[in-house]
Amino acid sequence: MIQAVMVISTQAKPRLLKFYNFQPPEKHQDLVRSVFQLLSARPDSVSNFVKVDSIFGLGTKMVYKHLATLYFVFVFDSSENELAMLDLIQAFVETLDKCFKNVCELDIVFNFNKLHTILDEMMLGGQVTETSSEQIMKSVEEIERRYYATKSSPR
Amino acid sequence: MASTPAAPAVAPSLVDTLFQRSLNDLVKSLRADRSAAGEAAAVARALSEIHREIRAPDAATKSVALQKLTHLSSLHFAPVGSHPLAFPAIELLASPHLPHKRLAYLAASLSLHPASLSLLPLATHQLHKDLSPSSAGAAHQQHLSALALQLLASPAAAAAPDLPAHLAHDLVPHLARGSPRAIAAAARVIAASPSAAVPVLFKPLAACLASPDPRASTAAAAAFCDLSAPPADATPFLPLALDLYNLLTTSRSNWALIKVLKVFARLAPLEPRLAARIVDPVCQLLTRSSAMSLTFECIRTVLTALPAHDAAVRLAIGKAKEFVAADDDPNLRYLGLLALGMLGPAYASTVNDCRDAIAKSLGDADTNIRQEALHLIMGMVNENNIMDIAGMLISHVAKSDPEFANDILGAVLAACGHNVYEMVVDFDWYVSLLADMARTLHCAQGDEIGRQLVDVGLRVLDARPELVRSARTLLIDPALLGNHFLFPVLSAAAWVSGEYVDLTKDPVELVEALLQPRTSLLPISVRAVYIHAVFKVITWCFSVYVGRLGDSGMAVDVIFDRLAADQTVGSESNVALGSGEEQDIGASTVRKDPFSHESILYMINLIQTTVGPLINCNEVEVQERAHNLIGFVHLVREIQELNKRKVADGDKPSRLEELVKTMRTVFCQELGPVSVNAQMKVATPDGLILNENLVELAGIVSEDDTTPSTSIFFYPCSRHSVDTRDEPAVSIGSSSLSEHRKRHGLFYLQTGKTEDEPNDYPQANDSLPSSSNSSVNDDKLKTAELVFAGKKSTSTKSRPKVVKLDTEDFLSSMMPSANVPKEDPLSGALRDVLLGSDAKALSSQRASDINLEGMLNKTSSNESSSQQIDNLGSHPASRSSSRTSKQQNHDKEKGTNPPESDGKEPRKHRSSGRSGHRQGKHKHREKSSTQPDTIPQAPVIQDFLL
Repeated sequence: MIQAVMVISTQAKPRLLKFYNFQPPEKHQDLVRSVFQLLSARPDSVSNFVKVDSIFGLGTKMVYKHLATLYFVFVFDSSENELAMLDLIQAFVETLDKCFKNVCELDIVFNFNKLHTILDEMMLGGQVTETSSEQIMKSVEEIERRYYATKSSPR
Repeated sequence: MASTPAAPAVAPSLVDTLFQRSLNDLVKSLRADRSAAGEAAAVARALSEIHREIRAPDAATKSVALQKLTHLSSLHFAPVGSHPLAFPAIELLASPHLPHKRLAYLAASLSLHPASLSLLPLATHQLHKDLSPSSAGAAHQQHLSALALQLLASPAAAAAPDLPAHLAHDLVPHLARGSPRAIAAAARVIAASPSAAVPVLFKPLAACLASPDPRASTAAAAAFCDLSAPPADATPFLPLALDLYNLLTTSRSNWALIKVLKVFARLAPLEPRLAARIVDPVCQLLTRSSAMSLTFECIRTVLTALPAHDAAVRLAIGKAKEFVAADDDPNLRYLGLLALGMLGPAYASTVNDCRDAIAKSLGDADTNIRQEALHLIMGMVNENNIMDIAGMLISHVAKSDPEFANDILGAVLAACGHNVYEMVVDFDWYVSLLADMARTLHCAQGDEIGRQLVDVGLRVLDARPELVRSARTLLIDPALLGNHFLFPVLSAAAWVSGEYVDLTKDPVELVEALLQPRTSLLPISVRAVYIHAVFKVITWCFSVYVGRLGDSGMAVDVIFDRLAADQTVGSESNVALGSGEEQDIGASTVRKDPFSHESILYMINLIQTTVGPLINCNEVEVQERAHNLIGFVHLVREIQELNKRKVADGDKPSRLEELVKTMRTVFCQELGPVSVNAQMKVATPDGLILNENLVELAGIVSEDDTTPSTSIFFYPCSRHSVDTRDEPAVSIGSSSLSEHRKRHGLFYLQTGKTEDEPNDYPQANDSLPSSSNSSVNDDKLKTAELVFAGKKSTSTKSRPKVVKLDTEDFLSSMMPSANVPKEDPLSGALRDVLLGSDAKALSSQRASDINLEGMLNKTSSNESSSQQIDNLGSHPASRSSSRTSKQQNHDKEKGTNPPESDGKEPRKHRSSGRSGHRQGKHKHREKSSTQPDTIPQAPVIQDFLL
């Protein structure tokens, strides 16, 4: 299963954190820090996999993509395929791109809820439930429509 | 702004509600000041504001506050512990207003803490309601249930014991519908609470595998893949093999196929027939698939789970090599190397084919690829290529960054030292390699190199001349004294040079090296070893000197007179030592003959000037050893003075001889390795009552520590007390040995009940005065034999241990399978479910029974199969050795201890039976083989680890 999804800026600020295995909240900051240290130490154009047994427990790996000012990081265990995870990151980023029309870091900063909505459409409890970015976008739009349809307050 | 504790007292006012900041406002304020302090202040301000707002009776205000709090706790690590976040979240779960509900679910799934689980029962009803069909439209209902499933699958909720039990039934209709979310949530619920969830959810989940909806079957495959992941037992999933197989052959979803392959990789070892069934479809996928992820998964499945299918393995290796050759994609190269690393030793030669590509990867910019390449290369090491590979790796060390350089060094040391240097044939090479490693730029492996230097010295007689040579090159290099990583190596080198001083070419140079000024940089423990090594060297030189004089027939009186005369000269030159000129003259004259009168004198003077001041050193180790050394020098003088005064004429020669002899015997007996298991073999003497707690003995033991140090000069004390004295500083390994010996040495000596016991631990303590003395004094310099009592006993002793290790393996592999129902709640629960009346369940039970038996059979047949492999492996060697010698009963030997008799003997006794007189009953074997190159890989039991 996927154990964690992280989006971290190149300034070491977390932009999205979701853990599918319980991690005590006090530890979150350390996790982000150690992951960022690993990431920032890696030059471009090297492989995208890192073993993270020391951070997330035995047999865990991390796959990441560095796009513009953001690192997209998935942490997973032996039940996932490395290249499939890489594809999944790609799918996630594509979906973001579609939902935000040319996504940039600011979109991610200011759309905390929508980001979680997109991620939740994609996976649940660490299991991938949908990989098609069109399908995810459709669902997200449907949810937003519902949101506005029922929304009464101006805010 | 009010401080946090004061804030709750203020009730949220209308103003608060009207002017409440939204999440966007909050984010903006957080971004206004990017500095850490500014951000912290903004967070603190926001928290206190949220603290008030979250108590608002108005749901809208509350939900916005909750939203902000969720954001802060998730991304700004705000300490929510002090905030009752969970409660408002659960309160809002019930909101009829969809956006509020959504926020509440998000907050709950992100931040529920096991500590707040007591609140979760409050949510149970709401979850139940949201999961159940309602009057609202189907789409609306699906939306609600999606939210509820999200929370149900969140880690904290899954850890709540009651929740799954109460809600498992609510999942069933969703599973029947084939909802991927429900399937994923069911997997989490089952994993979290097997006993409650399995009876309800397992069958509906299994039914999803056969669902015509590809999304459902994919999700179900993923769920079972997750549930069968390693810590869990995969056995209960064997009955699903048919459905999985159908999916494997029909599904066109790469996701599903990957998951199915993973499950099969776990099931195949459990059910022997499975591998034959799946090998064809897997190979088809492997050849046809264009998706790299699926190809890689096929490779992994074949290499890990189908090693017996040669064609498939070759196909997989071919694909893996394509991966390795992918120049433009480091990910593929990394995964290709990873895949090759999964190969068993049977295909080592195949990996060897792409050794160049792998060696090239050692220089890759990517640490992953370098690490995998190193791992692979170490995997293909055998005794034929270890010299090439180690040489190649060490040449890479210079080009690598410090971290990887030490990884390489560590890997080489581990591989060569593995199983008592089983792969090293040429110890001369290995010893010089150790010295080279110590001198590489970033070497931080001093501890292990030092340990191995001493260990090789103890174990391999043949390597000692080279060892002493290498130690010399290390000791004479003043540059090395400044590198603190190398202190253990220098310590080992000093010990080796002292212990095997009779092999040294130039003792004078050695003494100079050991006393060079930069030794003051060494830590105390190492300095003590240095000084002690000097002691050994001077003792030896002196004994050779005296022996030579005796041979030449000179009167003892003359010796004394000359010594006495020189001593006075010596002390004069001692005074004038400031003038380097005189020393240089001395040094140049003594070079010619280290045992000449002048050189002895030169050394003694050097010792007095350099070690003399250390008598006042306030570090006891150094001080004591300096005392010992200086004491020896004084003793020599005393005898001279005796001579001068012409007192007790008859006494002199005997005093001198006694001194020289005593000192020599103190140092000349060999040290040998001792098995870690040695103590277990010692029977407890009758009537000995051992205290459970040995604390009382501490006093006695510590007394014991001090006695030998005073006894060293004056009594020809038994060897082992001296051992314990001069070893502790040498290395951890030998100090624990001496510790061990000190406590138990007596037993080794005295329980001579069984005939082979003294033979097994021969060089540790048993006194073989004639053989050891003669070999040390006469043979050693010339000897080329590899007498190695430790190894000999490996081969004689190993057999019972092989059995024992096998039975241990057998037992340990039996344990989990026998205890499965107890240990693994998931599989236990699964079995309970499957034990029902329907046919599938019965078959599953049978399957798992069969499987258990299969495991039994397999584990018990492990022995025989591994033996087969061993025999195959040792085949060439047995042929070669029978070529060289016919006289031995090879069959019988092979029967008793197949691998290691072939594996060790040829190396041990490379050059014939010079050591015959020592070997006693093993004599017949020594002549066996003279071809160390054909040694098979011997999977030998660990033994004689110091």
